[in-house]
Amino acid sequence: MKELLLGNAAVARGAYEAGAKVFSSYPGTPSTEITEFAAKYDEIYAEWAPNEKVALEVAIGASVAGVRSCACMKHVGLNVAADPLFTVGYTGVRGGLVVCVADDPGMHSSQNEQDSRHYAKAAKVLMLEPSDSGECKAFMKEAFVLSEEYDTPVILRLSTRVAHSQSLVEMEPRVEVADKPYEKDAMKYVMMPAMARKRHIAVEERIDKLKALAENCALNTVEINDTKIGIIAAGTGYVYAKEALPSASFLKLGIVNPLPEKLIRSFAEKVDKLYVIEELDPVIENHVKAMGISVEGKSCMPLIGEITAALVKEKLTGAAKSEIKNIAEPIPVRPPVLCPGCPHRGMHYVLKKLGLRVTGDIGCYTLGAMEPLASIDTCVCMGAGIGMAHGMELAKGREPKTVAIIGDSTFIHSGITGLINTVYNKGTSTTIILDNSITGMTGHQDNPTTGKTLKGEATKQVDLEALCHAVGVDRVSICDPFDVDAFEKVVREETAAEEPSVIIAQRPCALLKSVKYEGKACVDKEACKNCKACMRIGCPAISFRDGVVIDKSLCNGCGLCINVCKFHALSKEAAQ
Amino acid sequence: MNILIAGVGGQGTLLASRILGHVAVKQGYDVKVSEVHGMAQRGGSVVTYVKFGEKVYSPIIEDGEADIILAFEELEACRYLPALKKGGKLLCSRQCIDPMPVITGAMQYPGAIPEKLKAAGVDIIMVEAYRLAKEAGSEKVVNVVLIGALAALMHLDKEIWLTSIRETVPPKFLEINCKAFTLGYESVAK
Repeated sequence: MKELLLGNAAVARGAYEAGAKVFSSYPGTPSTEITEFAAKYDEIYAEWAPNEKVALEVAIGASVAGVRSCACMKHVGLNVAADPLFTVGYTGVRGGLVVCVADDPGMHSSQNEQDSRHYAKAAKVLMLEPSDSGECKAFMKEAFVLSEEYDTPVILRLSTRVAHSQSLVEMEPRVEVADKPYEKDAMKYVMMPAMARKRHIAVEERIDKLKALAENCALNTVEINDTKIGIIAAGTGYVYAKEALPSASFLKLGIVNPLPEKLIRSFAEKVDKLYVIEELDPVIENHVKAMGISVEGKSCMPLIGEITAALVKEKLTGAAKSEIKNIAEPIPVRPPVLCPGCPHRGMHYVLKKLGLRVTGDIGCYTLGAMEPLASIDTCVCMGAGIGMAHGMELAKGREPKTVAIIGDSTFIHSGITGLINTVYNKGTSTTIILDNSITGMTGHQDNPTTGKTLKGEATKQVDLEALCHAVGVDRVSICDPFDVDAFEKVVREETAAEEPSVIIAQRPCALLKSVKYEGKACVDKEACKNCKACMRIGCPAISFRDGVVIDKSLCNGCGLCINVCKFHALSKEAAQ
Repeated sequence: MNILIAGVGGQGTLLASRILGHVAVKQGYDVKVSEVHGMAQRGGSVVTYVKFGEKVYSPIIEDGEADIILAFEELEACRYLPALKKGGKLLCSRQCIDPMPVITGAMQYPGAIPEKLKAAGVDIIMVEAYRLAKEAGSEKVVNVVLIGALAALMHLDKEIWLTSIRETVPPKFLEINCKAFTLGYESVAK
């Protein structure tokens, strides 16, 4: 039976059918749903780890113990997990080990556009890349088989358009795989110099075997049609090129590391003009060029952002762009915004008002960098804000005062190490932890501070206040960011203190089912002085048309606008 | 057949594209449905694509390729208009939501959008989806009203649509969703 499945759901299905037993991941768009779908299968144990490094280490442990296991992450997550990745490349596996990594060409929901294929090349491991949901499932199953056969971790590379599009998948039953018996094998699994020197030889021998595999494997397919144009592509590049030029000849690569040579050479010889169509970096193109074969790639395709089928058609055949309709006047952009009732809004309002320097982090709250809140000065990567605040203070002293803001899940991910650094090295910066009781941006995942596991079971909950005390922060305060006056007072006091401090801004995410505010905001037109203070909180429910207007369909009744109005012109209307 | 669904994050475009995807599968077509997750969902402009036919490769609908655009909001109808195929139809909900640059006063929301689109030669059908959703019992079912309107345009068996709705929405909201579908359907089919 065929079902319409999201690419990420198909990856999870593939792991299920392949008999996988352990998943450990950290959420990150566009990879998050793989693990959420895996958790729905009773036969699979699935968990959220505090970060991608821990997730991969858990999966490695399960593999070494003898079962098929998997860790999933977004492209930047692989940076965090790169340390174990490079060395598990040396130890190899016991049970099949697959690392799913989802790139984000076009940066729909990411801070950079890095190309994960470089990791597979650098770590000398096998990498597969599917182009639709059917292949997501099939390649995932094959990844476990090849992992065990070649004693290598396998990276399954996805990109946003594959991970987040649905297509038809043939459903098959799960086949249980016997656990591999555990044997102590220090020469293989303890990587000290003496052992690692031997294992490096195994790594180089393995990459040669994988190269031979790439020449003959059914994952790499040749379609000879019209031979005027030949296209080498994988993943998204393949679907765009195939859409644009269905009658061209194709070498479709399912294995993107290592790349074949003979196969490419023989394909190149069969076609008049050779192209590589790939998003992001010219990885395949450089490989083909290094073989001395004439090929076009980034000379006509963009290095930045996504490729389109229309662009492929235009550049390869000279086809004219389609005629398009437009209205004559400018269309205002609609960037993403903090939701109505978002607890982060009150904090951003206060930080902007106080003119502090704010080192931000990764999460919904990064949207506070945009007008009108515009409180954030920097955003680099998960956990970066705390270290950066310390660095700014070292460089320029305490004026203007610097605060780091970081979400609860991000703090556990890699913020805590930055805080320890500040304390250890006698810094005095202030960290604000935004405790909204959930991992918000990626769509509400539980984390070590929420008291619930991915499978929905109750568990121990990290006590953020006690944790900060334990690493040596004496000044820890808890404050509601919607009580803007009290919050401002706390921020003033803590940033003035000559020692490190933490403010835990506590209020749950407005999208949690448990969050219900009574009534909606309304405006008393007599009392309103049109000072527009309420407009400065950047709530999408508030606009100005000859006066302040509340959009009742958007307002969730959080009351923040009421708190910032000095003229008592805003109040709650009676709940209907 | 290429159908582009545009709206504002939180309006329920994702569910609409999933229902449509199910309908297309039941017709025996090859189907691709693209979605938007993560940061882009937070009240931003969102677009999903539903493509079906003999064989579909790319999940994306590009400029001039959409047979139908289903817009949940007037400004978003304008934004994705370039995707409309020559002879394609634009189905638009009569609803305006100010984006942040309009709220902050940096830009103006264009007025009289339906009239301007008509003047530009667009085959446009306006749907009173918000009013009909309220009539069905909740403003939250605007998306299913619009699916009903779309169904009326696509000349497929109505029962297939209702079956897909049954399979996609939770049972306790089924009645209100079916009512929303019928109101949307009748508003266009009449």
